[in-house]
Amino acid sequence: MANWWVAHMLGDFLIRALLAGVGLALVAGPAGCFVVWRRLAYFGETIAHSALLGVALAILVGIDLSMGIFVSASLITLTIYCLGRVETLPSDTILGLLAHGGLALGLVVLSFLTSVRIDVEALLFGDILAVTRGDLVAIWAGGALALCVLAWIWRPLLAATVSADLAAVAGMKPERARLIFGILVAGVIAAAIKIVGVLLIVALLVIPAATVRRFVTGPEAMAVAAAVVGVASVLGGLLMSARLDTPSGPSIVVTALAIFALTRIPALAEKQ
Amino acid sequence: MNREIAVSSNILVKANNIGVKRGNRWIFRDVEFEIVRGKQIFLIGANGSGKTTCAKTVLGLIRPDEGTVARAPSLTIGYIPQKLSFSPVLPLTVRRLLTLTDRARQSEIASALAAVGLERLGNPQVLTLSGGELQRLLLARALIGKPDLLVLDEPAQGVDKAGERMLHERVEEIRRDYGCGALVISHNLELALASGDDFVPLVPHEHDDHPDA
Repeated sequence: MANWWVAHMLGDFLIRALLAGVGLALVAGPAGCFVVWRRLAYFGETIAHSALLGVALAILVGIDLSMGIFVSASLITLTIYCLGRVETLPSDTILGLLAHGGLALGLVVLSFLTSVRIDVEALLFGDILAVTRGDLVAIWAGGALALCVLAWIWRPLLAATVSADLAAVAGMKPERARLIFGILVAGVIAAAIKIVGVLLIVALLVIPAATVRRFVTGPEAMAVAAAVVGVASVLGGLLMSARLDTPSGPSIVVTALAIFALTRIPALAEKQ
Repeated sequence: MNREIAVSSNILVKANNIGVKRGNRWIFRDVEFEIVRGKQIFLIGANGSGKTTCAKTVLGLIRPDEGTVARAPSLTIGYIPQKLSFSPVLPLTVRRLLTLTDRARQSEIASALAAVGLERLGNPQVLTLSGGELQRLLLARALIGKPDLLVLDEPAQGVDKAGERMLHERVEEIRRDYGCGALVISHNLELALASGDDFVPLVPHEHDDHPDA
């Protein structure tokens, strides 16, 4: 009886959407803190933009789209890492080159694949209501793995955020932590494509962390609080989407933005 | 190249004729010194003489283009960098900064804070500290790892004359109490002479390369 009930509930697309969104927010919150601390928002945008290349490659090779995005995003991360070491170009120039280069290359490759039709709007803004049970398993298993990896690199990455030299002198291998974090962000973005889409994913990383900063005194507390705000945004956004029939990805981001704005009102009132 | 020093010796670091270049310009060259346990040595030079680069070479953060740096086996270094800017978006308390790279017990944190005279500081956000307090806190942070060697890069930056003297007195006390060596980078020759410790002068190098290179 209980099994039937669970199966019935999971069959419901809204429950699946909620579970997928919550699973994602639990990882995006803590990871987003490092994105904010290390000023990696544009790095996130670059990974997200080049996801279209991953989609094209996934279709060419015949693998799952999220897997294709993860592989291409990891490759882009490695490219950014290597270019940063050998090139004298500023990092935002390298990111701009790869973000738009990846996007353009993806579109060109897709135009050759005339036999397949891609729902570009779903890619750009997400299609959370199309999340399958397989996606759910992937999100929660991948999310658990991502949180374990983040816990493992937490100390060296935090030390490197304060000072890479201090971390290196203490033998913490900051470069390795930085590279692993880049691949972790690639994974989060690959998982998030279905949920909020390429154009909105960075919001889910940045807004919860930015919202909670003023309420916490330590980095660990900030990570937990950002996860909570992320989950609240997903719940509120999906409720709004179901009630008002608005697109789910943008609704989640609008909810996150509303929470951010609400928490700023007391501070603004104080200044007046 | 990095080499190890015999375990029995009291030498912590030995720099043999080290030099670092950027492009074909030597930042510093022909630098030679030894840092001995319990002793202090000054690295003196004007702006642009390559003091920080030289210190980073000793720390193993930069590989020398010529010469070798030999370190005692399993040498623990406490590094106090010249400048550390904290992002306002990263929440960080005094105690969290102290345990950034090494875990520590409450008693160890308390004695490190006492060693730099910050025992009454409490646990405020690092961003609210003054320049002098921050320098002393970074010194306390370096002590948490029980270092064999302290490397201080312009520790008195942004601190007034009296504060500078006090900071150097603290470092001497710490050196005695912790039995560690110290490499102090400074542009203040007077201070180095007054201390009576050894000093290594760094002079800005010629822009051309070695004739045979």
